[in-house]
Amino acid sequence: MLHVTFLYFEDCPSHEQALARLKQVMAEEEIAAEVEIVRVETEEQAAQLGFIGSPTIRIEGQDIDPPPAGAMVGLSCRAYRREDGRITPLPPPELIRRGLRAAIGR
Amino acid sequence: MSNLKIGDQAVGFDLPGVDGKRHALADYADKEAVVVIFTCNHCPYAQAWEDRLIQIQADYGPKGVQLIAINANDAVKYPADSFPMMKERAAAKGFNFPYLHDESQMVARAYGATRTPEVFVFDRKRALCYQGTVDDNYEDPAAVKKPYLRQALDAVLAGRAAPIAETAPVGCTIKWK
Repeated sequence: MLHVTFLYFEDCPSHEQALARLKQVMAEEEIAAEVEIVRVETEEQAAQLGFIGSPTIRIEGQDIDPPPAGAMVGLSCRAYRREDGRITPLPPPELIRRGLRAAIGR
Repeated sequence: MSNLKIGDQAVGFDLPGVDGKRHALADYADKEAVVVIFTCNHCPYAQAWEDRLIQIQADYGPKGVQLIAINANDAVKYPADSFPMMKERAAAKGFNFPYLHDESQMVARAYGATRTPEVFVFDRKRALCYQGTVDDNYEDPAAVKKPYLRQALDAVLAGRAAPIAETAPVGCTIKWK
């Protein structure tokens, strides 16, 4: 079974919606996975986890949107870019879908 | 929670802008309405709403509305929110409203702002008419059902009370020192 890690920072209001989106895409793709939910609460924990912002989704340890080298870690909200170029605080479904498919070699 | 209640007077300020000038609330005394927006560079919620705020200034500016954006985030912890980076952001996005730096955070604290973005709408007499979020969908402008800020401005310009005067601001927390 796939292992998915969902890391979030409580102050960013979209984490519940992002988790629901992750589960929705998993259901659409008919992919079963163990979802580990990690609440990141301190800067030290963020540094230890390499957490660059909330929400972060890792599938088998691989970030669905790999950050550039040297990306700043810390307690902040994470920006994602939609296919149309707009910024959103929510990971786009297609990004999640690509990550899941890549992980199972589909 | 905001320190200001609906009907309270705006708190004055005098802050440096990315245009190299200082901007005081009093500089906009001739405006029909002033919208003070606490925002920043790095927050994805602030970024998601930027284009809509630019459009609101374009649409309502000719009617006498002035948007004023203020960044109060601690730039030591969040270097992307430094004054030089604010200048870059404003230029890259083509902000059509002042973007001011509240380095001491005194203005944000006086307003009781908590999130970025968080908007405060003041009428001709600079009484607070609306406080909260921009609209009900940060992710998709086309899916907005409740354009709170626009509705408040329409009401203020017509001399009426905003149909919804308060909403919960949605965004990143202000990064206090």
